[in-house]
This record gives sequence, C-alpha cells and structure tokens, in this order.
Amino acid sequence: MNKTFNQKAWYFVIPVFVLVAFNAAVPLMTVVNYSFQETFGSNVFAWEGTRWFKEILHSERFHASLGRQAIFTFIILLIQLPLGIFIALTMPKKGWGVPVCLILMSMPLLIPWNVVGAMWNIFALPDIGFLGNSLNSIGFDYNFTQQSGDAWFTTILMDVWHWTSLVVLLSYAGLNSIQPAYYQAAEIDGASRWDIFRYIELPKMKKVLTLAILLRFMDSFMIYTEPFVLTGGGPGNATNFLSLDLVKMALGQFDLGPAAAMSLIYFLIVLLICWIFYSLMMKDEART
Amino acid sequence: MSLELKEVEKKVGIETHIYSTNLKLEKNTINVLLGSTLAGKTTLMQIMAGLDKPTSGEIWFNGENVTGKEVQKRNCSMVYQQFINYPNFTVFDNIASPLKITGINSDEIKQRVGKVAELLKLSAMLNKKPDELSGGQQQRTALARALVKDSDLILLDEPLANLDFKLREELREELPKLFEDRDCIVVYATTEPLDALMIGGNTATLLEGNVVQYGNTLDVYNKPENLTSAKVFSDPPMNIAEITKSGDKFKLADNNVQWTSSVNIKDGNYKIGIRPHNITTYKEGSNSVEINGKVLISELSGSESLIHFTNGNLNWVSLSNGIQQRNIGEDTKLHMNVDEFLYFDQNNRLVNHG
Repeated sequence: MNKTFNQKAWYFVIPVFVLVAFNAAVPLMTVVNYSFQETFGSNVFAWEGTRWFKEILHSERFHASLGRQAIFTFIILLIQLPLGIFIALTMPKKGWGVPVCLILMSMPLLIPWNVVGAMWNIFALPDIGFLGNSLNSIGFDYNFTQQSGDAWFTTILMDVWHWTSLVVLLSYAGLNSIQPAYYQAAEIDGASRWDIFRYIELPKMKKVLTLAILLRFMDSFMIYTEPFVLTGGGPGNATNFLSLDLVKMALGQFDLGPAAAMSLIYFLIVLLICWIFYSLMMKDEART
Repeated sequence: MSLELKEVEKKVGIETHIYSTNLKLEKNTINVLLGSTLAGKTTLMQIMAGLDKPTSGEIWFNGENVTGKEVQKRNCSMVYQQFINYPNFTVFDNIASPLKITGINSDEIKQRVGKVAELLKLSAMLNKKPDELSGGQQQRTALARALVKDSDLILLDEPLANLDFKLREELREELPKLFEDRDCIVVYATTEPLDALMIGGNTATLLEGNVVQYGNTLDVYNKPENLTSAKVFSDPPMNIAEITKSGDKFKLADNNVQWTSSVNIKDGNYKIGIRPHNITTYKEGSNSVEINGKVLISELSGSESLIHFTNGNLNWVSLSNGIQQRNIGEDTKLHMNVDEFLYFDQNNRLVNHG
C-alpha cells in the first residue's frame, strides 16, 4: 500500500505545544533551574547540585509545615466526605426543592477564595465578628488571632463551609443516576436503609466519590488564599501550611533556591499521592 | 392460591394510570400483561407486588385482603427490564441475598443457590461480579434471585427487552420451563405479541390503563373480544377496513374487492380485521381473495417479507414467508385468506371469526 506523507497535521498540534510550553514546561524548568543553583543579584548563578533538596528534606521547618498540611487535609476529608454524602442523601429528588437545594449548595462554590477568607476573618473576629462575638458572649474564650486551636477550628470550619458543597453535588449526581428499580428490588428483598446504602448507593457512587476525594485532597493540600487572608499562617506558625510557608520562603526571604527545591518536592508529593490513590481505587475497574 | 384485583384504580394527580380493573389470576399460571409503553403494565405489577398502593379497590391473595400490606411481608419477587443486581456482590451472593435475610442456614443456601444456578446455566460464574458478565448472564442472575426464594408471586417486567435478539430468543424459550412445576403465580409484562404467544398461559391485553380482555392466550389471540384487543395483540399492526355484507357477498367499502363467505351475520356494515400474515403473495387456505395494491415499502425481516401497500384510501401491511422482493411504486397482487378474517360490528365488538 502506498502511504502519502503529509506533515500538515503538525500545524494543528503546534498551538498546543506552544501553549503547554509557556504555561507549564517553561515555568517548571525555570523552577528546576533555580533549585540546583544559588542566585545572587544581577542574574548571577552558582551551581549547588542537590544541596537545596537535602536541606529541605532535613529541615524541621519543612517537616512541621508538611505535618500541619497532612493533618489539615486529613481532617478536611474526614469531615467533608461523610457530611457531603449525608447532605446529598437527605436532599429532595424531585419537586421545587431540587433547584432550591442545588442553588443553595452552589453558592459557596461561586465566591472567590480571597473573599471567603476576608468574610470569615470579619465573621470570626472576637470583638466585632458575629461568630467570634457570639462565642465569647456565651462563655467560650475564643480568639482565632491568638490561640492556635481557635485558628485551626476557624480555618477548618471555613473550608467545610466553602467546599462541602462540591462533595454534595458530586454525590447527588451519583445518587440520581441509580435507577429506581434498584431501590424496589432491595425493598422486595427486605433490605434495611443501611443495607441499601452499603450495597447499592455506595458501590454505585464509587466513581464520583473517587473524584470527590481526589479533588478535595488536591485542593486542601494546596490551600493558600483562604488561610492567607484569614490567619496569615498564624498565630505564630500554627496554621502555616505548605504553600503559605513556600511563599514566605520564596517572596518573604527571597531564598529562591530552597523555595524552588521545596516546590518540586511539594509537587511530587501531590502527584505521588494522587497516583497511588487513583490506582488503588481503580484496581477493580482494571480487572474487568 | 389466587391473586385477585377488585375494582383496582390508580390515579396520580389528575391523571388516571389504571382505570377500575377486575382481574383474577389463578395458581400455577403464567399471565402475560400485553400492551404498549404507558399501557399501565408496570403500575399494575407494582400494585400486585405491594410496591404501590391503589387509589381505590382491593387486592386479595389466597382469600386474604392484602391491600396496603408491605411488599416485604408478601413473599413475592420481581425481575426488571434493567439488569438489577447488587453491584459489588458475586453472582453467588446476589442469588443468595433474598435467602440471607430470612435467616436460612448456610448449607441450605448453598444447596438452593447451586440448584437455581444450574437451572439458569450460571454454575461457572458464581464467583464473578455482575459487571464481569454479559447482559444475558446478568439478567439470568436477576432471574435466579427471583426464583431462589419460592415466592408466591413472581413478577417479570419486560425482562427480555434489554437483551439482544439471540439472547432474548434463547431465554424466552427457557422461561416457561422454569416455572413449570412451581407453586406460584407468574406475571409477565411485555410489549411484544410474539412473547405472549411463545409463553402461552393467559394473556391480558392492556390499552391506556384499561384491561381490555383477559383469558387463555390462544383464545385472546384467535377470538379477540373487540377491535382494541385485536389491535394490541397484533404485530405488525392489524389491517382494518370497512365492509358491507349482503347475503353471502362481502365487499370492501371503498373499492370493489369482493368475496363470499358462509359467515353467519346479519346484512349491513361491518369492520374487518386482517392480520398481516393473512395477506400473502401466494394463495393460502381454501377460500382466498385477491387484492391489488401499489407498493409503499418492501422490507425483509429474517426469512419473512413485509410489504406495505395502498389500496383505496387505506395503507395495508402484508407478511409473507420467504424472500419476496417488490419495487416501490410497483403494482402488485396479493392474496387474503378469507377464513382468518375477524368481523367486528359498528361498536367494535367481535361478531364472527373466519
């Protein structure tokens, strides 16, 4: 068979290459470049090899913020997933309640992140904020700007308020795709509500829940704007999560080399966890 | 054992889904609910099962009024058009699921599941999960779940509709045998007249929420009480034409196709119903009459030929054996088997057959 060679198709691919190069490859390589060198003023660089990587991996500061980050993400997933599924289960399936609930649920997702931070900052201020003031007036010694526990509580509450809706909407979509015949069949079998949840709803929601966990993991693990506006990482270093710490190192102290090394380690951690998680969840699918 | 619906009616809002229905289903029978989509088959089944309550009327089972009794307490099972199984259970656990809830010991469960699995040719797949099976096997699993628990009432809601042709034929042949020596009432809903004929038993023809006729399947097919029942039980659709009768001469109202018959009805105007397979390209039966027509469409379906044609103001459908090619627009001559005509009076009631 004669093949005609025609390279014109490349013209269609080139724009993608250019775009990806500029928004991903070039910035990433710049970071890689920084991570192996010491930077001085007027663009003078000196080769440092893997020194920054070693330093970061052994630095107590990095361990501390990674630990805070891991705990934060763990708590977020632990609260938002069950809560999201529960809310989705209680949402109406037909009638006027459906659009009302969907719109209410989408609201928090539509608010810009820094606005969420600012809103909660004011809301939680111990002297004038509604939440802070109310808590103090009923006898709690609440002050998120001074007490680490309160700062964590407020940050977590803010994130739950902001992002649980995403889990709700995904779970709701998953629940709605279950055919009514499944519920009838279970009813005929005499299955309990808990059985229906365990044996029908949960398995049928598996895919959307995988997606929800992945999205919530990535977002909460890389959270920056909201705690930056709410607590700024404080009091002290109490809510100084990974990306906050990273920005402090890069732009506050102008340690470009270590910051670049830290970015790469950060990036690889996220990538690795997502990959492991996704492979585990999809193991069953691959078998069939 | 019997299941009786007494003046059962179902309304949803201002819509009536089932008009007042009386129906008595006897022990050890297979009963086909035949009707198109939205005829009320599923609603009727859900009322029989207790998944849905009638707006008015009563349901009696074995001489006991079970209206409003929950489905869990009724010992019935149901198979759906969609293949409904527990997604993360193996085939074995799926089939065993109705038994486990009743608390039967595991040896007996094993034995009963094994027996049903063998009957439905699932023995080799007991350790697989539903999504590893073909559609046919998934539906067999659902059927096995329905059969394993010795229900008094087994409801099959278009169980073959989502299967491809070959699997449908295979399972359709097996179905009547599965229920042969079971002590239960089987109800089978379908849109296909052929299903009803192959399954046999009794048939209820349904149209728009009304049970039009109920009786032995062959009786309903051969002697439909009225035109509606005849229409529901005919696929491809029945040909209907106005005729006039005087003496032993019969004539189509809008042209001069004529025949003689010894049918014993008064002179006057009637309607006839002719099933497509009684209009053929070749002569059939001792008394046949020719009809000319212009071909609209000619199509093959397996080893049968469907020829749609016009005669007078009417469109006709004929179904002949073998491959009978006709060109569109061609004038053609076909033969109608007079002995199979159904005669209806002006109120659409059957007055004579043949």
